[in-house]
Amino acid sequence: MIRSELIQKLAEANPHLYQRDVERIVNTFFDEIIEALARGERVELRGFGAFSIKQRDARTGRNPRTGETVDVEEKCVPFFKTGKLLRDRLNGDAS
Amino acid sequence: MSSKTLTRMDLSEAVFREVGLSRNESAALVESVIQYMSDALVEGEQVKISSFGTFSVRAKAERLGRNPKTGEEVPISPRRVLSFRPSHLMKERVSRGNLRDGKA
Repeated sequence: MIRSELIQKLAEANPHLYQRDVERIVNTFFDEIIEALARGERVELRGFGAFSIKQRDARTGRNPRTGETVDVEEKCVPFFKTGKLLRDRLNGDAS
Repeated sequence: MSSKTLTRMDLSEAVFREVGLSRNESAALVESVIQYMSDALVEGEQVKISSFGTFSVRAKAERLGRNPKTGEEVPISPRRVLSFRPSHLMKERVSRGNLRDGKA
């Protein structure tokens, strides 16, 4: 499923909404999550999962093509942990 | 780093603000988005949201684990796990938004 298919599903289930608004709803959903993480906040969607950020220490890396060493600065990366309900559903424990 | 946590409520509030539907309907729509994504993943489908990231389901084979408390060996049954790969845009926004003070 890709973004446009998600929008289409939502539009079909809500024929009273303008297509333009459905697109805005889906875009707002994902943009808000990114914005929150960029502010250093966690995003928790019970049953689905939680997005958080993890800090990676600075390290000395290597350019895999040339073998040259490069300094990689410390940075923050997004991290997702699956929620219990979804994890159980993936393994057929619940519907 | 702030310890605030965003929830469904904040997302529906944002939809309410941006789109101007009622609060109830905004909440129901946010729930539908989560539901559609979950259903697709449970079906084993990949969910690929451009400029956000990709959720994919991976099958793990059975392996032998160990009870860390007793040291006993126990088989870990085969299972399906979900993995999320953030888009370049998300990684970029997150790393830029969380730089230590004093760094450009």
